[in-house]
Amino acid sequence: MIDALTLAAGLAALALAAWCGFAFSRDQPTKDWHFIGMAVVSALVLVQLVVGVVRLSGGDRPVQGTAIFVAYLLGAAAAVPAAGFMSLAERTRWGSATVAAGAVILAVLEVRLYDIWGG
Amino acid sequence: MKREEGSGLDLGQGPGRLLVWLYGVFTVAAASRSVVQMLMDFGRAPLAYVLSAAAAVVYAFITYSLVRGGPAARRAALVCCAAELAGVLTVGTWTLLEPSAFPDATVWSDYGMGYLFIPVILPVTAMVWLRRAAR
Repeated sequence: MIDALTLAAGLAALALAAWCGFAFSRDQPTKDWHFIGMAVVSALVLVQLVVGVVRLSGGDRPVQGTAIFVAYLLGAAAAVPAAGFMSLAERTRWGSATVAAGAVILAVLEVRLYDIWGG
Repeated sequence: MKREEGSGLDLGQGPGRLLVWLYGVFTVAAASRSVVQMLMDFGRAPLAYVLSAAAAVVYAFITYSLVRGGPAARRAALVCCAAELAGVLTVGTWTLLEPSAFPDATVWSDYGMGYLFIPVILPVTAMVWLRRAAR
């Protein structure tokens, strides 16, 4: 797709994971700043989703198959928001751990997206 | 969804929340993986794809039990986590001994190596949490 965008989303996800992991180690729940961070990461992944769909409709084809590519795009877009909602309901350090885990999963999904597109 | 606070059986609270999240992710991952592969090319590795689907069902049931909470759900989740661990160990050993039976990987191949070994770590962690939540 756009390698720079995949790289940016992956690095932002890792940064978010480290940040929320730090909150977990300090025994803190996710705070407003964490949610702003989640919004930034989610925005990057949403841009990626749009770019991916546009590239597909433009006739480009991922190396490992369109269905798998779209499934990973949707999974990547859902990961951090879903974890964020769970941390809203869990106002302890374990809410921070949930977001950190979600961000790590997003980073893994970005690596897979890169492979699937044929980077 | 109303649950009593602090009854010790709120399986989806505290550390349980993280387990719900990871089991939820693995349910989606295993289910979508097996559905895509079965629809696209079932004949290539039917055994691997059926095992992935079975894993998805186990994951879905554990997620549901954790969210529901209560003593019955706790016992059911414990049994399923034991089944999951047995599945990972069996399929993991099987893929190492007889790779020819698996032209394509499952979620549980090589003890879940393709998934950062989370498939083998998760049931152990869940069982520790489920036992502790009983007290």
